Amino acid sequence: MKGKVDPMSARAVGIAGTPWRGKLREYDLFKELTVGVSVMVVLTVILALVLGSPDEPSVTLKSWANAQTADFAATATAELGGTSETAQYGPPYTNTKGATQTIGALDLQSLSGVQLPVNTANAFVLDPLATLPNQPTEIATWRAATKAEQAKWTDTYATALSKAPKSAPLNVKSGNYGPVPALIGDLTAMAQSGALDGVIQAQGNAYNLNYTNEILFLGDGQYFQNLAADQHLTGDQWGMMNETGGTPGQSWLWLFSFFYQIPPFSTAPNADLLVVGVMLILTLLLALVPFIPWLRRIPKWIPVHRLVWKDYYRKR
Amino acid sequence: MNTLLLAMGDSPGIYLGWGVFTIQLGNLIIILTMLALFGLALVLPFPGSGGRK
Amino acid sequence: MTQDERLDREPDVHTWTGRARVWMLKKLPPDKLLPEDQPSYVASWIYVFGMGAIGSLLIVIASGVILSLNGPNWYHISALGHFVNSLHLWSVELMFLTMVVHLWGKFWMASWRGGRALTWITGVGSFAVSIVAAFTGYLLQTNFDSQWIAFEGKDALNASGIGAWFNVSNLGQMFMWHVTLLPLAVGAIVVLHVVLVRMRGVVPPIDAAATDSQLTGVPATATEPTEAKVN
Repeated sequence: MKGKVDPMSARAVGIAGTPWRGKLREYDLFKELTVGVSVMVVLTVILALVLGSPDEPSVTLKSWANAQTADFAATATAELGGTSETAQYGPPYTNTKGATQTIGALDLQSLSGVQLPVNTANAFVLDPLATLPNQPTEIATWRAATKAEQAKWTDTYATALSKAPKSAPLNVKSGNYGPVPALIGDLTAMAQSGALDGVIQAQGNAYNLNYTNEILFLGDGQYFQNLAADQHLTGDQWGMMNETGGTPGQSWLWLFSFFYQIPPFSTAPNADLLVVGVMLILTLLLALVPFIPWLRRIPKWIPVHRLVWKDYYRKR
Repeated sequence: MNTLLLAMGDSPGIYLGWGVFTIQLGNLIIILTMLALFGLALVLPFPGSGGRK
Repeated sequence: MTQDERLDREPDVHTWTGRARVWMLKKLPPDKLLPEDQPSYVASWIYVFGMGAIGSLLIVIASGVILSLNGPNWYHISALGHFVNSLHLWSVELMFLTMVVHLWGKFWMASWRGGRALTWITGVGSFAVSIVAAFTGYLLQTNFDSQWIAFEGKDALNASGIGAWFNVSNLGQMFMWHVTLLPLAVGAIVVLHVVLVRMRGVVPPIDAAATDSQLTGVPATATEPTEAKVN
């Protein structure tokens, strides 16, 4: 081996690489373990007793449809018309063209494919309505119509809804909306009663531990988003780090959260992919510090170690 | 100090902001505690560091 | 005769088990695994934070086991359950707090020196795996926070192409990750990390020289037992 080995590298050379032959001090591993665990138990119990933990109740389609009927109706219309965020999400839920996040030719989202297909009109509106004891005849009307007719109905109804006083379905001026007002009205009533939560969640099974459809439906509306924004939980509020209320959250996600706040990430359509990529590279860099010359020499340039081993250096 | 600590409890969150930086008080207290512990660990003398002969 | 020499001469070792025993005893003799002394330079408060993280991890596991006994809905309806949930939360906060101070300390001590690269890498690995484990825990709160985290968290996973196989809205899947797969991963990597620390020992000060008094000033009588111990 030619040249000098960097003493800051991970190579097993010099004093760092050989067993210590100098002075020793007494050390009791089990005592340290016992003291360490005891201190942490005391701290944990005190913090748990004094500060507790938050448990903000979950929201349901029922609470949404009752608290903000107009928002629920507008979202349901978008689900029926296929214009909601979920309906145009791309993989893994839909095969919407051009919806994926890419970096150049790298398109991992398309590569994964539509693994969890969601047809919002069927899954969120029509199938639940078909479970009603008095099935609305408008379902058949909707299904018999052409795509163009359906789109025209939902578009004009969505516009009329947004212009109605308080955006309330009952205040919508009459117009050519086809079966849409009846379908949305029935779905809203179904949601307000709580029946819609059960139907969307169960998906025909007694047991279901998969909440994908319910979460996607909730997320398409403003109600859920506003509740999260009130608690500072959204991505552009550093929400990734935050817990509800005053309890500390996942502060260790600070860097992940930070990148979402600054350009170019904050305005990029592929922000998620960019930030994930940057974080992966940074984590890899941290793991590989011993092998990266300029990184592994930082502790030598900024001599914090003089404080750690102050006794040793004093007695040289 | 007590009010600071209790701000980390299950009460409405307190948020501090400087431009693009926003931080929840509970998280800020955790981060400041880490920095303080790190600083103290460096400067405080370790008991019995005289060493065994 | 040093331990290595003794081990090399161990008679009649021809089974896999015997060879594994010899190899393990050579790599990690009992007095290295459970030492009664440390080099004189191991004298700083910075050294206690690794043990603090391990202590917190044990509380995380213990409180998690109690929560497992009654299932994820228990803490919503029972005061005792809520208290155990609080213990679980705060032990996690303390674990990350101590782990990060430990990481800072080890970085400034350049603890990867002298053949300790894998110790460093497993340390960073346990930090990364702990973050995923904590994230799945937040999804199991079965309250508003977990609903929102499931909604918001899906985008980064979907954009990376893994959202369908690690579906944050699938409570059943996240439940299994949180209570079996990730605890096993954290446990395994932390054990490996600790074993490596014991095998390789604690890194000496930067620029420690053979002429330092603590290396040369040891009286000849004290050197003998010391050497036997360290070898």
